[in-house]
Amino acid sequence: MTAHDPKLSRRSLLAGAGALVIGFHLPRGAKAQSGAGAAYRPGGNATFAPNAFIRVAPDSTVTVLIKHIEMGQGPFTGLATLAAEEMDAAWSQMRAEHAPADVKLYANLALGVQGTGGSTAIANSWEQMRKAGAAARAMLVQAAADSWKVPAAEIKVEEGVISHASGRKGSFGEFAEAASKLTVPENPPLKPASAYKLIGKDGATKRLDSPDKSCGKAQFTIDIHAPNMLTVVVARSPRFGGKVASFDAAEALKVKGVVDVKSIGYGVAVYANGMWPALKGREALKVTWDDSAAEKRGSPELIAEYRKLVRQPGTVAGSHGDAEAVLAKADKVIEAEFVFPYLAHAPMEPLDGYIEWDGQTAHARFGSQFQTTEHQTIATILGLPPEKVTLQTMFAGGSFGRRAQVSQHLAAELATVAKTIGPNRPVKVVWTREDDLTGGYYRPLFVHRFRGAVKDGKIAAWSSTLVGQSFFLGTPFEAMVVKNGIDATSVEGANEIFYEVADFRCEVHNPKVGVPTLWWRSVGHTHTGYAVECFVDELLQAAGQDAVQGRLALMGDKHPRAAGVLKAVADLAGWKGPGPVDGRARGVAVVESFGSFVAQIAEVSMGPEGEPKVHKVWCAVDCGVAVNPDIIRAQVEGGIGFGLGHALYGQITLDGGRPVQTNFHEYRSLRIHEMPEVEVTIIASTEKPSGVGEPGVPPIGPAVANALAALGHGRPRQLPMQGGSV
Amino acid sequence: MVSLKVNGTTHTVDVDDDTPLLWAIRDNLGLTGTKFGCGVAQCGACTVFIDGQALRSCVTPVSAVGTSEITTIEGLTGKEADAVQAAWTARDVPQCGYCQSGQVMSAIALLKENRKPTDRDIDLAMNGNICRCATYVRIRAAIHDAARALEI
Repeated sequence: MTAHDPKLSRRSLLAGAGALVIGFHLPRGAKAQSGAGAAYRPGGNATFAPNAFIRVAPDSTVTVLIKHIEMGQGPFTGLATLAAEEMDAAWSQMRAEHAPADVKLYANLALGVQGTGGSTAIANSWEQMRKAGAAARAMLVQAAADSWKVPAAEIKVEEGVISHASGRKGSFGEFAEAASKLTVPENPPLKPASAYKLIGKDGATKRLDSPDKSCGKAQFTIDIHAPNMLTVVVARSPRFGGKVASFDAAEALKVKGVVDVKSIGYGVAVYANGMWPALKGREALKVTWDDSAAEKRGSPELIAEYRKLVRQPGTVAGSHGDAEAVLAKADKVIEAEFVFPYLAHAPMEPLDGYIEWDGQTAHARFGSQFQTTEHQTIATILGLPPEKVTLQTMFAGGSFGRRAQVSQHLAAELATVAKTIGPNRPVKVVWTREDDLTGGYYRPLFVHRFRGAVKDGKIAAWSSTLVGQSFFLGTPFEAMVVKNGIDATSVEGANEIFYEVADFRCEVHNPKVGVPTLWWRSVGHTHTGYAVECFVDELLQAAGQDAVQGRLALMGDKHPRAAGVLKAVADLAGWKGPGPVDGRARGVAVVESFGSFVAQIAEVSMGPEGEPKVHKVWCAVDCGVAVNPDIIRAQVEGGIGFGLGHALYGQITLDGGRPVQTNFHEYRSLRIHEMPEVEVTIIASTEKPSGVGEPGVPPIGPAVANALAALGHGRPRQLPMQGGSV
Repeated sequence: MVSLKVNGTTHTVDVDDDTPLLWAIRDNLGLTGTKFGCGVAQCGACTVFIDGQALRSCVTPVSAVGTSEITTIEGLTGKEADAVQAAWTARDVPQCGYCQSGQVMSAIALLKENRKPTDRDIDLAMNGNICRCATYVRIRAAIHDAARALEI
């Protein structure tokens, strides 16, 4: 029985829920339950629940159930802003909470399943959340009109106060129960942009999660503690694809607090009362690994193989004209080969998950980024019907793609670990930083080869070949992403460029390598953005063109938004060419990703130790309607820091198949003294909002590289520029 | 059995002597504001005050703490703490928020020693705290905000 069951009477639902909530689109998790997760009640005891998203309580607080995971990019605030705008709520009365896993109610309209990724949270919720808010407002207004016996059209709502010219006033809470008895309007009218009070208004919306995150109260998965709970760490194969041959748990079991040790096939799980006994138990464990099917190639071998492959014809991912013919006849061919390392996401909170399972029902709590598929995975492994499994999404301490798991490996591990110890033992699985950095699912290693020709001050031909693993081939997502043999995430940003070149070609190879890989903040653009923006800069330099004016000329009039951010950033920085001036040079880059356009100019000098120092970054962003301008600025600032840190320092190298970097002393992360000053301008736009979590990342690497070229150091062909160890 | 004085209260916890203070605080005392990020004193997410000094609890065994006074983010009091946390919220510093307990602790320790830190002072005091979201621009601004608030 679900909340959609037409046989379900409102009375029985009210009785079941133990609160005055109406049945329309009420999420499953809000019903009374028995078994695991019985206390889980998304939205609390709201009296008014007009749809799957809005909950109004008697105290007038409005809780918005957020279908996207809050892992830092601000959907709690963004989606609540959209609803609050149409409700005419006061920002101070808004709250946000994760929605439960329920694909019927909470699918990402861009993906078809409940999940977060591709910088889609605001874009896909733009109409949905405004309509949810507008419906709630209309019902509250009607309830007030009925009570005051005045026409609804005469009622105003401002900052959460419902009022009438007669002097009557009321709060949302006062009319919540009466509103809950009204019919939900199907197509409530939406405000014109000119009437917005929150959307696009600087200072009108503060992040809803800032207070709790500034005083240690915000609850992450790792913070879950429950009676009888076991903390679990897993010993995994040092090489990818290895499995347990045998293990000896005798010493591990002697560790005070270790409760049990079990094989889970690819690893050995240590169950303990707390993290420290679990870690000591794992340390004492003796495991013999079967490496026969494991990947044993190291980064040097893979790069050498890729460098050969990049000279072979690949699958054509984009082509017009005849680039090869033009290059064959060109006086001078400019060539560039780029090498991009494996990169770890290294979110501050390593992977973790909590689950309670009584044999009949299960309740999982973790930073789930793909709720629909993870919910199914857990149900399948535990042998339960999906409706017997609830999934509660927790705040995640970052993701950058790491939790958007195509393979479902964390959800599978969580369910497997619970099943292996048996029912009625709640378990919390925690990965350490070493587990995280050596655990794979990296941004794939890529090699690009670019060839171009310049004639009469113009780019005459452009040809690129890309070599790197696809993380979709052979997965359930393959059908969705791979078209005509092309994994779009491998070539995005390289197979179509906004520079008009008559003769253009892009080819790709996706070799099979036994290292698990995954999307990483801004996905294919992490490498294509770098290579394309370095190469175009190099060609423009060869053609004697200015980096900004030359790009604008190549864009023509067909790419107004790309040209718009480029012009805006040049204005913001007062661009007068790359310099150098007083030892500092400037580089520019512009990248479109996830429907948003971002241009950056970086001012760079070379330190005495040969380490680039980035002093300042100017940035222009066009992401359509800017719903929360300050969150956009924050995401761009953070994206620049994230992109810069990895361009300068980030790499996971493999030695004989084993990851070399094990913790932050070797996987160097940008620190505060390496963070440049950042100035951001947001382009005013009436286009539908697009993403902002990822698009700040791609331009910074090439902007810095192009500045280094102006300093006479050339554009680094292999990342990271500086190297890893602290 | 180990005795720990945390946030003004003495607790007896049943852990081995080599247990890092971080795990005793989190798993035994249930104070989860202090975070685990690396376990090797590289990221600062586990920062607590031990007798007023900002230290990494992930590499401090409980046996080394003795009778020292431990303060976690849950036990913060005083005008520096108020100023820093108010500035953090006003600037909307946090993104994912996971490292911010440690950032806030380090910022308070800085302002207790130096009421008017320069950018260079901030770099030196805060470069042991990693933020993978790279909220550094706002961390810097919020520390300056808090310093100004403390002048009044």
